[in-house]
Amino acid sequence: MSNSEILVKELADKYGRNRESLMPILQDVIEVRRYVTDEVLVSVAKELDLSAAEVFGTASFYSFIDTKEVGKYVIRLCKTIVCDMKGKDAIIGALESTLRIKVGQTTPDKKFTLFTTNCLGWCHKGPAMLINDEVYTELTPGKAIEIIENYMHK
Amino acid sequence: METKKLSRVDYIFKPETNCIDTLKKVMTMEKEEFILELIDSGLKGRGGAGFLTGLKWKLAAEAAGDVKYVICNADEGEPGTFKDREILDRVPYKVLCGMALCGYIVGAREGFIYLRAEYRFLVPKLRKAIADLNVEFLKIGLTFSIDIRFGSGAYVCGEETALIESMEGKRGEPRNKPPYPVTEGYLGKPTVVNNVETFVNCVIIAGIGHQEYKKFGTDNSRGFKLFSVSGDCSKEGVYELELGMSLQDFVDEFGDGDTKAVQVGGASGFCVPRKKFPDTIIGFEGIPTGGSMKIFNSSRSMYNVLHNYLEFFEEESCGQCSPCRVGCQQLLKGIVAVKRREKSSPYLDELMKLAETMKVASKCGLGQSVGNAFVSIIENFREEIVY
Repeated sequence: MSNSEILVKELADKYGRNRESLMPILQDVIEVRRYVTDEVLVSVAKELDLSAAEVFGTASFYSFIDTKEVGKYVIRLCKTIVCDMKGKDAIIGALESTLRIKVGQTTPDKKFTLFTTNCLGWCHKGPAMLINDEVYTELTPGKAIEIIENYMHK
Repeated sequence: METKKLSRVDYIFKPETNCIDTLKKVMTMEKEEFILELIDSGLKGRGGAGFLTGLKWKLAAEAAGDVKYVICNADEGEPGTFKDREILDRVPYKVLCGMALCGYIVGAREGFIYLRAEYRFLVPKLRKAIADLNVEFLKIGLTFSIDIRFGSGAYVCGEETALIESMEGKRGEPRNKPPYPVTEGYLGKPTVVNNVETFVNCVIIAGIGHQEYKKFGTDNSRGFKLFSVSGDCSKEGVYELELGMSLQDFVDEFGDGDTKAVQVGGASGFCVPRKKFPDTIIGFEGIPTGGSMKIFNSSRSMYNVLHNYLEFFEEESCGQCSPCRVGCQQLLKGIVAVKRREKSSPYLDELMKLAETMKVASKCGLGQSVGNAFVSIIENFREEIVY
């Protein structure tokens, strides 16, 4: 068995093999690997006795279940109106120049992926971003760069 | 029309000392008696749609079946709303006790919190509260256990049937209604889906009684509500206010002195311009809201606001029904074309018709409410869209 098959089997043992286990399994794969590969999707389909198309259809619906390779740290900067008003463009500029990538791209060392996302629920403390599950609020370009530099050394 | 002065209240965030006692008290009552209490309180759902909570519980209690479910909708994704996060962070025990209360009344033994992925940082705290209470429930003889399920970044999953689809391991595409979840919900079983704040209100009503609760708010909008206040604002944050105040009072309290417009109810809500502040009531007799209040001052371009909302809806539309999927795209393309002079300004009237069509033809609340922001912004700020 490949590593993916082993991982998926363990998760299916943990959550069960019903259809309603699909999201918890995919979400746990994301926790460990940050994205789901075709191989993982096929293994999940086999374990839960679903068609691979069904599994891909579900996975691809959700913006936090990435089906393309992403970095170890996924940055999601809020782009909805209040964060926009509070200067999210300047934060994007700072992140793009620090990481030397554009929104939607991954750094060559596979450490960071930069996305924008819809309302994170921190409008009163915007601009806000997530790095994996961690929340960072009241960003300034300087603060954003500092945060990223800390992750670079992790 | 009955209105209320703006006044702050403190019920929701009050320290959670006696939730379990409240549960014990309800367990000595007849279930029907408590349902009547809830109906009499006039409490309407706090997520935005505003269905009478007591009636929802009554329907679920009456639904046939041994297996029923309680779901706490913590998929707070409406732009400008962040009060549920604050509740879960500060008074999680109240939410969980509200779910248990619901379980006891409708006859459900299992409850789930559907938590948006963006709020995963709350998990350790929630898990601890759940572990504590699952034990406490057993101690008072209540068979009810709670677990957490997660969203994965889809706004539409805040719609209760999309949420259920997602919990069942499917794409978050809303179902046709009826049947409603109270008769056929999660796994086809009767299910109550309530917003986080609604559950807390139920515990409060169980504690203070409907007579006391009804002293707050107006005929159509009973009680108090959390408001998520943001934007060009003197003091952003979450505030608990009595329902039924005028928007003017609200702006006087929270605005920065130069308020041009307030978006009430988030991207799916309504944009109110300055001249209408005095006549706009915040509540079900005026503009109901899940709590999102975004304040814009005169430095803001309403074109940018509308553009941002339409981009949001275009991305978040589940794509299942054409009025919403295609409508969102065309509205966005349309205002861009007018701004670029590729279309003349009367084209906005065509777009208004499209928005009205989306209101009646879309399958769920998402597509049905895109027109709210669109029409109210175009009607009041047409010149900013064109020039």
